[in-house]
Amino acid sequence: MDFKSSDVVPGPRTEDQLPHTAEAAVKIVIVGGFGVGKTTMVGSVSEIKPLTTEETMTQAGIGVDDNYGSDTKTATTVAMDFGRISITEQLVLYLFGTPGQERFWFLWNGLFEGALGAVVLADTRRLEVSFDVIGRLEERGVPFVVAVNTFPDAPRYAVSELRTALDLAEEIPIVECDVRRRASSRDVLMTLMHFLHALATAKTPV
Amino acid sequence: MTPPKRQRREPHEHLPPPPAPAGKQKNPERLFVVAGPDGGERDGDLDLVTLIVARADPPPSATPEQSALLRLCTAPLSVAELSAYLNLPFSMMTVVLTDMLTAGLVTARAPIVRQAVADRSILEAVMHGLQKL
Repeated sequence: MDFKSSDVVPGPRTEDQLPHTAEAAVKIVIVGGFGVGKTTMVGSVSEIKPLTTEETMTQAGIGVDDNYGSDTKTATTVAMDFGRISITEQLVLYLFGTPGQERFWFLWNGLFEGALGAVVLADTRRLEVSFDVIGRLEERGVPFVVAVNTFPDAPRYAVSELRTALDLAEEIPIVECDVRRRASSRDVLMTLMHFLHALATAKTPV
Repeated sequence: MTPPKRQRREPHEHLPPPPAPAGKQKNPERLFVVAGPDGGERDGDLDLVTLIVARADPPPSATPEQSALLRLCTAPLSVAELSAYLNLPFSMMTVVLTDMLTAGLVTARAPIVRQAVADRSILEAVMHGLQKL
């Protein structure tokens, strides 16, 4: 009785399986406009090849997308790439790259809920794309850092100029990065972690 | 060259209301019919990063989705990964998994950090883990 179903679903490769001791997972959300490098960043630090999960926009899109009442109602599918980093035998970190438009966020039930924090990935050629993202995170009280992905042909601004342009409080870190490089992406995540740690320390003194 | 300028916002109480539960919508567009008896119920505790582990071999009564899922999570696997491998939207995964949790086919390991401020020991563990990358 060891026959297999004819439609066996491809799963994780043996080396991609989590240990049985894995108990808990935490998540960080990387948010930014299209083409800013979210998936590249996820891929540069992930221990697995980035995977894609999808969500379909039905009711949630009404009033946003003009497909209501249309005879040929088609559902909009939104994809989100994610990767994974095993922290310890018990703890796993997941990184989710999600588009900046908020209408995509709430498709993901609780994407930001319980997240450690967020990285806003910005492109100085289209800095204003980040404005709404940052505003939404501020409104939701999600702690974040800003990482400027340095494209070769993008204008370079001093951090102080970026801080003024983005109207960021002094304590919110702004870093430059090259998300194609693992060390650079790792440093962005470390910057976020140090920031979160400082917040946690400030709110719960020893 | 001067970059464009943003207006800062403050946290506020009036977040947009969450979408109505699927079961209460007047004219829901049912794209998937893999759900069990009542697809409208959702386990609010399931997160994208909840780790799922199979508790049993697929019973004869298991649906194809349930069987595939049970084969995938003999070792812990997040809901997001299951969603990716099974090619099912996250919202559908939560429906499938809620039935399976109720039936005792899988367990969920989900002590997810849901506090306003993350636990420092977890932050320190993550920092330590990232340093090794």
